[in-house]
Amino acid sequence: MALKKVKGNFERMFDKNLTDLVRGIRNNKDNESKYIAQCMEEIKVELRQDNIAVKANAVAKLTYLQMVGYDISWAIFNIIEVMSSNKFTYKRIGYLAASQSFHADSELLMLTTNMIRKDLNAQNQYEAGLALSGLSCFISHDLARDLANDIMTLMSSTKPYLRMKAVLMMYKVFLRYPEALRPAFPKLKEKLEDPDPGVQSAAVNVVCELARKNPKNYLSLAPVFFKLMTTSTNNWMLIKIIKLFGALTPLEPRLGKKLIEPLTNLIHSTSAMSLLYECINTVIAVLISISSGMPGHAASVQLCVQKLRILIEDSDQNLKYLGLLAMSRILKSHPKSVQAHKDLVLACLDDKDESIRLRALGLLYGMVSKKNLMEIVKKLMVHMERAEGTLYRDELLTRIIEICSQNNYQHVVDFEWYITVLAELTEMETSAKHGRVVAAQLTEVGARVAEVRDFAARECGELLTHMAQSSPGPASREVLYAAAYVLAEYSRDEWVMQAAISPLLVCAGLGGAHMRARAVCVHAALKVVANLLLKYEAAGDRRSAIDVIHSTLSGLRPLLLSEDMEVQERAHNAVALLNLVLRKINPDDPELPPEHTPLSDTGLLVQHDESNSIENEQNAEAINGESSQTWTEKFSGGLIEELADLFDGELKPVAPKAQKKVPMPADLDLEQWLSHSRWSSDSSSSEGEGEGAVFAPPAHDPRPTAQFTPQELAMLREARRQEQANNPHYLKDDSPRSYQQDDIPVAEIALEVPLQIHTKRSDKYLMSRESTNKKKKEKRTSKKRKSKKQQISSDSESEEEARPAVALGGELPDGAALSDDEPPAPRDDPHRALDLDLDLPLREEELLTSRIHQYPSAESGLLNKKSKLSKKSKSTEKKSVEKLVKKKKDKKTKEKSEDLMLQETDKPQVNEDFLIEDLSKSNGQKNMKEAVGVDSEILLTETNPKGTKTEKHKKSKKDSKDKESKKPKSSKKGKHETKTGYEEALGISTPSKEVA
Amino acid sequence: MIKAILVFNNHGKPRLSKFYQYFNEDMQQQIIKETFQLVSKREDNVCNFLEGGSLIGGSDYKLIYRHYATLYFVFCVDSSESELGILDLIQVFVETLDKCFENVCELDLIFHADAAHQVLDELVMGGMVLQTNMADILCRLQEQNKMQKSEAGISAAPARAVSAVKSMNLPQQLRDMKLPDLPQAIKDLKF
Repeated sequence: MALKKVKGNFERMFDKNLTDLVRGIRNNKDNESKYIAQCMEEIKVELRQDNIAVKANAVAKLTYLQMVGYDISWAIFNIIEVMSSNKFTYKRIGYLAASQSFHADSELLMLTTNMIRKDLNAQNQYEAGLALSGLSCFISHDLARDLANDIMTLMSSTKPYLRMKAVLMMYKVFLRYPEALRPAFPKLKEKLEDPDPGVQSAAVNVVCELARKNPKNYLSLAPVFFKLMTTSTNNWMLIKIIKLFGALTPLEPRLGKKLIEPLTNLIHSTSAMSLLYECINTVIAVLISISSGMPGHAASVQLCVQKLRILIEDSDQNLKYLGLLAMSRILKSHPKSVQAHKDLVLACLDDKDESIRLRALGLLYGMVSKKNLMEIVKKLMVHMERAEGTLYRDELLTRIIEICSQNNYQHVVDFEWYITVLAELTEMETSAKHGRVVAAQLTEVGARVAEVRDFAARECGELLTHMAQSSPGPASREVLYAAAYVLAEYSRDEWVMQAAISPLLVCAGLGGAHMRARAVCVHAALKVVANLLLKYEAAGDRRSAIDVIHSTLSGLRPLLLSEDMEVQERAHNAVALLNLVLRKINPDDPELPPEHTPLSDTGLLVQHDESNSIENEQNAEAINGESSQTWTEKFSGGLIEELADLFDGELKPVAPKAQKKVPMPADLDLEQWLSHSRWSSDSSSSEGEGEGAVFAPPAHDPRPTAQFTPQELAMLREARRQEQANNPHYLKDDSPRSYQQDDIPVAEIALEVPLQIHTKRSDKYLMSRESTNKKKKEKRTSKKRKSKKQQISSDSESEEEARPAVALGGELPDGAALSDDEPPAPRDDPHRALDLDLDLPLREEELLTSRIHQYPSAESGLLNKKSKLSKKSKSTEKKSVEKLVKKKKDKKTKEKSEDLMLQETDKPQVNEDFLIEDLSKSNGQKNMKEAVGVDSEILLTETNPKGTKTEKHKKSKKDSKDKESKKPKSSKKGKHETKTGYEEALGISTPSKEVA
Repeated sequence: MIKAILVFNNHGKPRLSKFYQYFNEDMQQQIIKETFQLVSKREDNVCNFLEGGSLIGGSDYKLIYRHYATLYFVFCVDSSESELGILDLIQVFVETLDKCFENVCELDLIFHADAAHQVLDELVMGGMVLQTNMADILCRLQEQNKMQKSEAGISAAPARAVSAVKSMNLPQQLRDMKLPDLPQAIKDLKF
């Protein structure tokens, strides 16, 4: 036996150890994966050996491979074996591997329960500490439930090292097993006043984490923390406490008032920047929570802002960053005091550090006013041109739009300027995502600001011309969508319209990747032509009308063969409609195709069009019939009017929640067959047939509309047109007229598109604004009179500077209010389960000591259900004792406030020698100079208070095993059975086979 | 809470990684890669805080890092941690490593990642700061190492000797010699 041992040892000497593995990987840079695969095989062989040392060596190597990115979950059993070794050396290796690779959902975790319990109760504090550290990384619900009691016991261990670790561990237990919180809380509270500062700090840490998510449950601890804050000198703890107060003050304004003074003192006295910064943060939180009527309120704000200014002006980039971060918090509640430091923020925009620039950008949001908006945006635009990183560029773009559009364009005085800015942003070519943002802005401004529409249309026309000349990038492609819409919808100027048709059609023909705007371009072109024709008709200018139709038709011709289905379809529609008009205006036009002759070059779609035309013929005739009588004096016989009618009506902004607010009609029954009744009444033959047969044809006539009387038809059509006009999402693309496949040979018209060099056009607004402020004012007021439909926003009138009206909000269904009555989005957060009332007295069944059985018996096998149930019962109980608690709470708060008053009288003592020194000065130096007195004495003599425990467990295990074997049915139980099987194997393998 | 602690070199090679929230191995590597890309393109004289890591955490999380010679030490933390405090913690971590390894360099971390983990475990537990006092940490580590040494005793001597020989910078020929033959020879000698 001894010989075998020696032999094993010698063999082991030449196994690859971790160092060899690392060296090997470094020597095999070219075929690393091959080498590692080979090592993995070796490791697998080693893991199969009995020698624990070999196994530990293999596991150590696996841990390294895990870091490099190899999955080692297959070795979980071997890792557990190594963890269960009696030797600390191997235990360390095992626990390290476990902490790196195990997780709460790992299989076989239940095998570790007893082993970890054994380690937790070990004589040596480092073994227990090791177990705690490892467990903190992979604790699961089951482990938390079974080990909660052991960890709680460790919280009152005689060794501060273990107490400290156990306290921190409890937080992890709470997260996984919320039921443990209430029974463990008194002990946790006790630890806040532990003699050992390390334990104290750990307890503060845990409570802070708990209170961050559910602050209201921890208000009662405020006096304890207040005392700690005024007495402690440990900066780590102070920071945590001050952070905690920041979370508590919004719930209890009186606490805030008490805090202001000690915090201000700390701000004045501390030399540690980290502490100073946290103090400022909490003072800000206090200032936000309490009303401004408090004496010294303004002084506190001033102090904070001043201190932050010092931070921002510091040469240390970290302090600068944090200063800006805190500034953004003040900004929300006290924008005025931050605005005074505009110069500083603007200077930070030029910083070389991107993080700082981003922070400064965030602050700009609150810095803009009507007066400086143009200036700031100009600066940002310059930045955008120079910016290299896409992240920063994108951020700039979103910020520009954000600061301009905030509060319904509150700060935008000149919308022509804003439209120009948007156009320039488009030309800078960012990503498609941001193109969409710009596009949305274009349409929104168009819809909301009536006065700027004319200009917007012109600007969009130029954009389109530009895009038509050079193939647009991803952002422009998205903007094209909006530009085409705005142009067609709002242009009223003859020249703009004339110039727009050709670029629109060119854009529709643009190839390339995804382009949703192309079909819209065709549609927009038709819209422009229709409006233009209407103008010509009014002027009686037949010649121009014919010219326009000719040029449009020639532009549309290439689109008839577009590879995009929708473009093709719309082009056909447009051609047909225009031919119709042309025939009416100029029946002898040489470019008109002979009637009803299908074209050779568009033969592709002939069939499709025929089926379409049948449908449309009836409608068109009906419309033609009635309209030709009323509009006889026009040269098109009212046809153009009809064409323009297709595009009539204004799109209005719709409130974001309008769809949800539409009340459900009382007689609406969604279960009912949609049109069964109508069909059955119309066609008597279908009655009786539909019943019984699931797939029976619903009706014989697929087009029941044909059976409407003319009056009904007219009424329906009118209703439909109305609906289309009001519906912003309706593209209005169906043509109610019949058309034929025609092609007109049109003479090409050379379109002269002026090449424009785009300079910073938006700058001229800034300059002209300063010089011709008065002039503009007059102009705008005259414009204002013109706008009829737009509501005038109330705040814009009272302003010193006139500004175009912006339509606020959006349309809502009748009777609906724009209130925010939506329920908050459900959160998937473990902290929700920790929202427990900690002041309630503990109940018998909550006590953790009763949980010795780690093997759930038959009924407790359904763990999840049980925990849910208990939660439920808790909540019901809560209600029943609600009154009691209320009374108690009232009392408590009274006591608390008295407490605080008392403490306030003795002034907080702040020590100068804080742990964390000024970072800016200590950069590179060793700044952790001095330790806060943690007693390093280790109590070596300690008897195990739980010596008998393991036996007890074994007994209960056996019992439950018996129980289980009797009822082998549920799947859960099956799992537990396998568990016991492994457990035994483990028990055998560990101590006896270990070779040292 | 600290969500992850990453140490990698100037080329993005991981030297130490500790995740306090579960990610599978592929995800871990992706996070390291993304973090490296974010951190490495920053100059040395800019601030040590970074937002915008998309893989780990969300808007509540920040990357706080320090760059020492060839190594980046990155902590991913949420808003409950003090930014400057974590910077100090990194400093403590590195100084402790320096004490443990005596002039720590990248090679130490490469070959003794396990020892670095042990240091880290005394510093942070389960994502929460455990101890910030360097003297204390060193004391704890020494005691544990002492335990380990006493366990190894005499039986570990041969292994140590072999590893010492292996660690020597032997000429290439020697390294090419087939080592597996050696134990056989020793065995033959013994029996």
